[in-house]
Amino acid sequence: MNDERHVISVLVENKPGVLARVAGMFSGRAFNIDSLAVAPTADNSYSRMTIVTHGSEQIIEQIIKQLRKLINVVKVQDLTKGDYVDRELVLVRVKATAAKRAEVLRITDIFRGKVCDVSHDSITVEVSGTQSKIEAVLELLSPVGITELIRTGAIAIPRAKKTLKPTGNSE
Amino acid sequence: MAKINGAQILLRALKEEGVDTIFGYPGGAVIDIFDVMAREFSDVFKFILVRHEQAAVHAADGYARATGKPGICLVTSGPGGTNTVTGLATAYMDSIPVVVFTGQVPTPLIGNDAFQEADIVGITRPCTKHNYLVSNVEELARTIKEAFIISSTGRPGPVLVDLPKDVVQAKAEFEYPRTVELSTYKPTVKAHIPSIKRAADLIAEAERPVIYAGGGVITAGAHEELRALAEMTGFPVTMTLMGLGCFPGTHPLSLGMLGMHGTYRANMAVNHSDLLLAVGARFDDRVTGRVEGFAPEAKIIHIDIDPTSIQKNIGVEVPIVADARNALGKLIEALKKKGCSKANRDRLKTWHAQLTVWRNEQRLRFDRTSETIKPQYVVEKLYELTAGRAIISTEVGQNQMWAAQYYLFDQPRTLLTSGGLGTMGYGFPAAIGAQVAFPDKLVIDIAGDGSIQMNIQELATVAQYKLPIKIAILNNGYLGMVRQWQERFYDNVYAHTDMMAAPDFVKLAEAYGALGLRATTTAEVEPTIKKALETDGPVVIDFVVEREEGVYPMVPAGASITNMILV
Ligand SMILES: Cc1ncc(C[n+]2csc(CCOP(=O)(O)OP(=O)(O)O)c2C)c(N)n1
Ligand SMILES: [Mg+2]
Repeated sequence: MNDERHVISVLVENKPGVLARVAGMFSGRAFNIDSLAVAPTADNSYSRMTIVTHGSEQIIEQIIKQLRKLINVVKVQDLTKGDYVDRELVLVRVKATAAKRAEVLRITDIFRGKVCDVSHDSITVEVSGTQSKIEAVLELLSPVGITELIRTGAIAIPRAKKTLKPTGNSE
Repeated sequence: MAKINGAQILLRALKEEGVDTIFGYPGGAVIDIFDVMAREFSDVFKFILVRHEQAAVHAADGYARATGKPGICLVTSGPGGTNTVTGLATAYMDSIPVVVFTGQVPTPLIGNDAFQEADIVGITRPCTKHNYLVSNVEELARTIKEAFIISSTGRPGPVLVDLPKDVVQAKAEFEYPRTVELSTYKPTVKAHIPSIKRAADLIAEAERPVIYAGGGVITAGAHEELRALAEMTGFPVTMTLMGLGCFPGTHPLSLGMLGMHGTYRANMAVNHSDLLLAVGARFDDRVTGRVEGFAPEAKIIHIDIDPTSIQKNIGVEVPIVADARNALGKLIEALKKKGCSKANRDRLKTWHAQLTVWRNEQRLRFDRTSETIKPQYVVEKLYELTAGRAIISTEVGQNQMWAAQYYLFDQPRTLLTSGGLGTMGYGFPAAIGAQVAFPDKLVIDIAGDGSIQMNIQELATVAQYKLPIKIAILNNGYLGMVRQWQERFYDNVYAHTDMMAAPDFVKLAEAYGALGLRATTTAEVEPTIKKALETDGPVVIDFVVEREEGVYPMVPAGASITNMILV
């Protein structure tokens, strides 16, 4: 039905086992995780997770409530409800014989990517951007021959002043 | 300030929490705690040594359900911890405050597959409300305080605290915090007033209302408010299995239990209602049957302290996240202000007439002329002969449903039953917990022959602590509830549900020093129960009942709840 993509930002206490609690809640309740990225915030005692998921409105509501119910979760925000910026980083290694090299570099350039590793027969480039930008660059590179691909999953931040602050969450 | 070790910190903290009873089992990883307990705290705590750690958690759970206070367990690492898992999951599903302390191998050995090491925090994460590994003795006191707060507030639940042996042996200064600020945990207790007003408006207009009350009413201690609300509005009340006792079963407004084995009138009433006031109940599949067919004409008001329970299985018009007692109190105030109670009751005359029709159409019934003992008759007689004043625990299966149908619970905290997880083997240890809490009350486990064998070893615990528990086994020689499904839905193929090879329960009781009694005919039921009730010590009664009796009404799984098989 209306299984829309949602980007959920979760502020958690930076303690052992918290990632397992979040991931376990998703798998135990059969919710989807399309991607999950996590790292400490400016304040090292908290981490921020960006979870990309999809589901009906009712499922998304449950996901958010179940996240809030976890004791180590400080704040949960469905960024898709407002304006937000999201970025993903991809490292992609392509076959690049002398003949293809120029093409790879041109595509990388168009997407404002960077070359981060080169060998005799391959080039590794990094590109960051929205999900659709990443998808576009991969589509263009795939005829050249992608041999390895690593994506970080999206990280996202709300626009303007909706920054997550560590205040209480209700059970 | 003098430093004391982790074991002393733990036990002093428990004392500060007002703990009087601990259920558990010793082992290498907790030997220091047991040592301190015996040397320094023997007059503070009553320690109940069970015969299996699963029973320790069920007993703590039974203690908690009967008293409203958290139940406490102490077990060793590895197998001691893993044996608690079913108990934790049982308490988790039914929102029971239990705090379990497990021993753990010393911190330097964690992760090394050390002797009796198990990642109990990992294992129990999905079946506890929260859990902790205490890695530093300095954190111990605060962690215990947090465990008690989390376990017993909001929607209660089990909390596990894992204690590595070196932490237990290390020393620290002890000061028990009066309270701790949990910035990430703040249950919503107070109802949102505009929602209460909307609810009051719907209540004032309803013509075919039903109150659907669950275990949350008992947890919140909201039974008096519920009764006041029902009586002022004239609204009939149906209860979930977990809710039984939150409203008097003998009250003229009680419709009895609803759901899969609910009464005909409760299920009919819910499905014809135009307003459903759900309080402390969670629209479980055993209650709703096919969700699309559940209360199709009703507007729903849903009061629950757990936001995840609301809009999970069913859409509701007025969600109210709050403690049931607070919300019902506010609702009563709002209705009083509206001054609508009298008019309200007059408007419900037709509805009450219809409820009476349904009651008379189909009452709970069984063959009263049978010479072979009908299990329902046993429960009915237990009810009569105890004047409804016993604390009843149940096992799981037909015995549980007959107990729910034929014992009328007038008081909260008098039925101890595993509702959410449906744990066979729960009832007996739960009865131990209740009996330890209330030595002078009558505690009866209504059991099945299958379930009782799952924790039968606890007869030794009962003997050791001289607990006068009565166990009434409805012995049908079958895993009866499963057999009933096989009869109804699997062409009478009784695949591995025949349990005729059972011990002689009378001799078994005697082997453990309890009194064993047996009744094999209907005429023997009453005198046998009387004899059991007159006996001071523990009694096991083997009621040899009709083998293939069924529990009715029955709503097949996934069917609409008016789709009842009546007999
Ligand atoms: C631990 C556990 N295992 C399996 C089941 C599945 N089950 C539900 S009822 C039942 C039969 C119970 O038999 P008994 O205790 O004799 O009760 P009866 O239904 O005969 O009254 C079984 C096996 C369960 N509920 N719990
Ligand atoms: Mg049986």
